[in-house]
Amino acid sequence: MSTAAIAGVDVDVDAEGFLQKPEQWTEAIGLEIAAAHGITMTDRHWLVSKFMRQRYLDTGTAPTIRTLGKESGVEIKELYQLFPKGPAKLAAKIGGIPKPKGCI
Amino acid sequence: MADAIEKVSIIISKGSFEGVYPGLILANGARMEGIECNVFFTFFGMDVINPKKNPYLKVATVGNPGLHLPTLVGALPGMSAMVTHQMAKKMEELDLPPIPEFVQLLADSGANLYACKASVDMFELKKEDFIGDLKDIITVGEFYAMAAGGQIIFT
Repeated sequence: MSTAAIAGVDVDVDAEGFLQKPEQWTEAIGLEIAAAHGITMTDRHWLVSKFMRQRYLDTGTAPTIRTLGKESGVEIKELYQLFPKGPAKLAAKIGGIPKPKGCI
Repeated sequence: MADAIEKVSIIISKGSFEGVYPGLILANGARMEGIECNVFFTFFGMDVINPKKNPYLKVATVGNPGLHLPTLVGALPGMSAMVTHQMAKKMEELDLPPIPEFVQLLADSGANLYACKASVDMFELKKEDFIGDLKDIITVGEFYAMAAGGQIIFT
């Protein structure tokens, strides 16, 4: 674990840049992480990232891509349009939670 | 990462429950990482993209030493259905979708799904026999052309 300055705040991140302490997250941090991955956040992006974040805070585990498609309000096809380079992991990174560990 | 995988082509040739899931999980995992993914269904693997058959795939309980069941016990009526049911239940707990839903998930994720021409001819099938999201029926040569520049995984 190391520290990175994102949006002017020092946060704890892993080697891939996932926040390790969700409580350090702010929307400004999410925006800057998204921009670094070439993503301009829209309401739909936020819907997914915030759903993931909330699920993680509630359950301690990030939801699977299947759950995202069924319960976030954004279907699988759109998830891949919003986050072409890996929806679950990018949405988690932007939402300020650790990297999802599941295979699905 | 300089040597990150950018494309995979996965061949699924078996129609048993345990023969199908590894390929589907690998394919979905690829798309989740933003990796371009083709899935080539051949021989009994074509059951996965056949809507009349894909809800009914079962674990092979005969000739499957991994189950550690005596062969004659594995051959009892209903044994395959029972083991499949138990495994499917466990998978549902892990949020692994049933096969028809999994195939739809893959298609929606942008994985390209193909059937093998030789197998389609052998089983006397047509494009209409498969799910609507099947991209094409292709020859081995076309498969290699499509897989060029990426990894090929045979399950």
